[in-house]
Amino acid sequence: MKKVYAREEYCLGCKLCEVYCVTNHSQSKDIIKAYKLEEVTSRIIVETKGAVSFALQCRHCEGSPCVKACITGAMQKDEETGIVDYDEDKCVGCWTCIMACPFGAVKRDEFGNKVISKCDLCAEEGEPACVENCPNAALIFEDREVEEVC
Amino acid sequence: MLILDYVIIGNSAAGIGAVEGIRRVDREGKITIISDEEYSAYSRPLISYYLADKVTQEEMKYRPDEFYNQNNVDAKLGIKVTEVNEDDKKVLLEDDEEVTYDKLLVATGGAPFIPEMKGVNKENISNFIKLDDAKAIASDIKESEAEEVVILGAGLIGLKAAEALIKKGLKVTVVELADRVLSAILDKEAADLVQEHLEEAGINFILEDTIIEFLGDEKVTGVKLKSGQELDCDLAVVAVGVKPNVSIVKGTNVEVNRGLVVNDKLETNIDDIYAAGDVSEGYDMLHEMAGVIPIWPNAYNQGLVAGQNMAGSNESYREGFARNAIGFFDLSMITAGIINPATDEYEVLIDKVEEDKVYKKIVLKDGKIVGFIYLNDVDRAGILTGLIKEQKGVEDIKNQLLADDFGYIDFDKEWRTQKLAE
Repeated sequence: MKKVYAREEYCLGCKLCEVYCVTNHSQSKDIIKAYKLEEVTSRIIVETKGAVSFALQCRHCEGSPCVKACITGAMQKDEETGIVDYDEDKCVGCWTCIMACPFGAVKRDEFGNKVISKCDLCAEEGEPACVENCPNAALIFEDREVEEVC
Repeated sequence: MLILDYVIIGNSAAGIGAVEGIRRVDREGKITIISDEEYSAYSRPLISYYLADKVTQEEMKYRPDEFYNQNNVDAKLGIKVTEVNEDDKKVLLEDDEEVTYDKLLVATGGAPFIPEMKGVNKENISNFIKLDDAKAIASDIKESEAEEVVILGAGLIGLKAAEALIKKGLKVTVVELADRVLSAILDKEAADLVQEHLEEAGINFILEDTIIEFLGDEKVTGVKLKSGQELDCDLAVVAVGVKPNVSIVKGTNVEVNRGLVVNDKLETNIDDIYAAGDVSEGYDMLHEMAGVIPIWPNAYNQGLVAGQNMAGSNESYREGFARNAIGFFDLSMITAGIINPATDEYEVLIDKVEEDKVYKKIVLKDGKIVGFIYLNDVDRAGILTGLIKEQKGVEDIKNQLLADDFGYIDFDKEWRTQKLAE
């Protein structure tokens, strides 16, 4: 499946990926309104230390420990698309997925709601907003799975 | 092609995991799932949310309504299995129906442990494990207009019951034999912070004491403690512990220690009989010995692996260790593995901000993480869970582990880039 990969040698840690993630997951799809009027948690974590930085989001992994650990059935991996996503109505904010994710890529809602927030690859949009809006092409969206040769 | 008959006893995390495991491998075989509970699979941990009116029964469903149909599962719900016959490979149900199997999974979960106590069979005394327990408590509160509850046990179950009953407006007293709350998953320092938080929320604690008698005629009206103290109550919850629900294999040769003994493939010692979840005793990778690990993710994972193997795969599960994510009145905690090391072969890292009720502890052995407590700052805790599973050496980044900005950036570039390139 196509996933988002970081190229840390091109990342300046500007966090525009976060800005566009928030905007794209807002109701208004407007930067100012998304930040000033809505409560949207970015689904990306930008790690920075010294000159090194990179963005990290859900790896939509094959084994999906978050899906297996989820106590309510809210977290599911779509068998066709491979996307790991959650049903906000079923999530109770128990944070078992935070315990399970080896990448630390599942976030708590930043506005105190008992619900998680994680990358959905902007499933309905084509190219994820973080990738599309990275000024340095430090995020790329590609399929790295090796085709099995029979 | 030979069509196999799979029988699964138990309809919770391990049982559902097994259905999904079998169907990864075998779309044709006949699956029968049997449970003495009448409900479609639901999330047991949500019973405290249900009792506190935070979720409805509908919202507790662990899988959508079409799950059984879609997976071609014959669900026999609300009926007890009375006997397993390993020679004829069949199970007997309480209505005398017999169901034959080629592969059997015992996923009967845990049963409440109830110590000998005088008067424990009175009305308005409940356990708190199943949806029916929550329903019974809710109806007792309504019918008796209950106002005061005594809960025996300050473990995960007792405290979740306490939280729900505070939210229902009851006066709650928790009696616990140990010197602290949550002794299975927290150390004393963290337990004290949690207890303080729970007391602020209105829960009253009596530690290092226990109930010796429930008072009253038909209904409970109070309890007598070992110390001699008496407490009034019109409702009581016994939450001392859970033991593997092994009674179903009595009369078979399935090896039972504390739970049903299974190998990494979730096979018992008897051919074609598997066990998974809270009833089973598999390998605990951190204690390096067999153990019962009664937690939801472990149950699902074991069920999934058991199911795949029942259908002919050759999968192993060696990721068993205790881990819990839980919270009370908005105080969250994630803990895993060995958190109270008994010997000096362990190294302990601690960070505490008492006024914020934040406490972090990481336990290392031979340069590897074997346990941790994250209290009131649980973000990215899974990185540690992953490091435990992977048994990755962290000696060179030890000083970073407790930092607020700890993350993948602290690992060497090669390991990091390889992980993130997957």
